[in-house]
Amino acid sequence: MRMDLIQPFIGSLDAVLAEMMQAPATIADLSMEEDGYRRKGTAAEICFKGQVEGRVILDMDPMAATFVASSLTGGEMDSSAPLVAEAVCELANMVIGNAVTQLNDRGFQFKVLPPSILTAEQCDKAGQDSEATILCFETPHGKVHLNIAMRYLARRTRERAPVAVA
Amino acid sequence: MKQFEPLTRKSDAQRVRYLIVDDSVFARKSLARLIESFGGEIAGEASDGVSAISEYARTKPDLVLMDITMPQMEGIEAVERIVQAHPEARIVMVSSVGYQDNILAALQKGARHFVQKPVKPDALYEILRYVLNDDALASPVNAGGEVSR
Repeated sequence: MRMDLIQPFIGSLDAVLAEMMQAPATIADLSMEEDGYRRKGTAAEICFKGQVEGRVILDMDPMAATFVASSLTGGEMDSSAPLVAEAVCELANMVIGNAVTQLNDRGFQFKVLPPSILTAEQCDKAGQDSEATILCFETPHGKVHLNIAMRYLARRTRERAPVAVA
Repeated sequence: MKQFEPLTRKSDAQRVRYLIVDDSVFARKSLARLIESFGGEIAGEASDGVSAISEYARTKPDLVLMDITMPQMEGIEAVERIVQAHPEARIVMVSSVGYQDNILAALQKGARHFVQKPVKPDALYEILRYVLNDDALASPVNAGGEVSR
């Protein structure tokens, strides 16, 4: 796994959580996905295409998701309210948008697809040529998980490039 | 939530009217809450570029907050069409994707400013003041939160 590609996602989630929760977040755990991903709470998935392809799942404990939705819209709600899932989608959008902006500034080209709410309890394992890293952030309002699966395609582009013959 | 000095129109001292365009209900609600803390009024909401164009014509807002990535028609195209029809339109892009290319394209099509999500209330307030420029002023607020003139 290329850490230079992962780091913008970590920094971006850290910054977005700090802004949205007005509280610090710390990385509690980092692991590699082995047998697919089991959803823990309210989750959203965003796919991206380009020189680096993959998907990111933002998965929030119900309490954390409800806190963000309630505090930013100014209304009390329970974790099953549709707005809570919408809030997780929008947070995922911010995290991926900010990370992809940083990577784009470093020369990587992406197309980000719209977020979707992840309803399945168990997700398929990331593709054979992808590696998935799962980060767990701890916040005062619950845990937030970020599952990043990506593959770098630039080498394939080079492989397709015509070879100069002397 | 922090309350800001209300932004009012210089011409008639009325509240500034905003159109919020974003495909996320959550984003629209949280932006609306911020606008209310700035003393603004929500003239309308739209969830894509196509309905943004018709909502603009219907509500004639003082300022539009426009997302970029949306279904049907993206924000940058909507900016172009709104500004073509209403050259006086003031549009601020609000997006999580802040590529330089995106920002430049939006500004070239007529957007006045760009704000990256997550939106920081103080930064947005200052940008709105700047974009509204001569047409709005921040009314002084006394300790009780009432507007004094």
